[in-house]
Amino acid sequence: MSLALQTFSTVKDANAALQASGTRYLGGGTLVVRAANEGDVSVSSLVRVTEPSLSAVSVSGGKARLGASVTMAAITRHPELAALAPAARAVGGPAIRNMATVGGNLFAPAPYGDFAVALLALNATVAVEDGEMPVETFLAGRDTSRAVVTAVSLSLPEAESFRFLKVSRVKPKGVSVLSIAALLQRTADGTVTSARIAHGCMADRSMRAKAAEKALLGCKLTPEEIAPALAVAGEDITPITDPIASAWYRAEVLPVHLGRLLLS
Amino acid sequence: MAKVPVQFTLNGSEKAEFIESGTTLLHALRDKIGDTSPKGGCHQGTCGACSVIIDGELRLSCLTLAETCDGADIRTTAGLAEGGVLHPLQRAFLDAFATQCGFCTPGMIMAAKALLDRTPNPSREEVVEALSGNICRCTGYEPIIQAVLTAARADSQNAA
Repeated sequence: MSLALQTFSTVKDANAALQASGTRYLGGGTLVVRAANEGDVSVSSLVRVTEPSLSAVSVSGGKARLGASVTMAAITRHPELAALAPAARAVGGPAIRNMATVGGNLFAPAPYGDFAVALLALNATVAVEDGEMPVETFLAGRDTSRAVVTAVSLSLPEAESFRFLKVSRVKPKGVSVLSIAALLQRTADGTVTSARIAHGCMADRSMRAKAAEKALLGCKLTPEEIAPALAVAGEDITPITDPIASAWYRAEVLPVHLGRLLLS
Repeated sequence: MAKVPVQFTLNGSEKAEFIESGTTLLHALRDKIGDTSPKGGCHQGTCGACSVIIDGELRLSCLTLAETCDGADIRTTAGLAEGGVLHPLQRAFLDAFATQCGFCTPGMIMAAKALLDRTPNPSREEVVEALSGNICRCTGYEPIIQAVLTAARADSQNAA
């Protein structure tokens, strides 16, 4: 393996260096160093940034801004990020969580990227040097993204409105069969007034379950009323096949687990 | 490929090496510095055999570039014994038959040490969680979990 690592103190300089072919950004290393170790010869040069703002977390007025270099472990330990902790804890084992970053998770191919599933359900905003965009837009265009992600911002959900589930075969840590995140606003009598659902492993990256979201509106979370949403949960999915599960299996169990999440 | 200087503290000793840019910490430790206690298993971040403690945090040396450790404090299993006396975790692993082929052991011990450094009296669930990134194909895990719990008890008795 021969990789050249370039370290920059500003995002601006790193963005300029990232334009060279074969150059990838080094966050926690759990994706790009792994790729290099596996013999991915498309990676010849790595770029990293030491700008402190990339590792900062700020929470105020119910909103959180997570620097792109903030690790999953830092999120699980942060007293004001309890709503995000289950999704951060779903990533890897303890050592991986000490390394894997918020920014990196946006690029993690399925079956990885469980934290990005939560970010998609929460309608987070992804910031790069010259602007911001919804995480959904960012994920759709990530393959051609050549700018360093600097931060992710989101409104912190009230505990009862946000649900996250990761299904894996090995406990407590295992690769995802699938993961689901749901942000549900409900009236006092429990009727769903808005629903935003994202799932992982149902494509090469996290996707929204728009048909299920629509079908949940006006429903109460009972087995009878959520049945139409579960029936359409598999619309437009193209699950991955890997050693953990086949695409067929993932599609079969998705409504089962979505039902459990909604009824939990 | 240009070589770059890297300096860090390894188990309390200052180390300075010229390494090729892009060298993993695992490679630098084993093949440059001669500390072969971290093992190269999967090189993918899956097995945990290369686990080391960097600035107090458990990390995977196979996915960490050595250049990013400049100025860091690195701890490996090779530095645990003092004056020929095994660390309580090492003693407990031997006594509990928690090491068989031994390949996963240095990673298991560093993962356990990272836990005990923060949580001196862990519950069984906390031990299981702390070791969840480390794979063992010999023991079935139970002897390892017991060894960590035994070492925690031994430590707390010594401290009392």
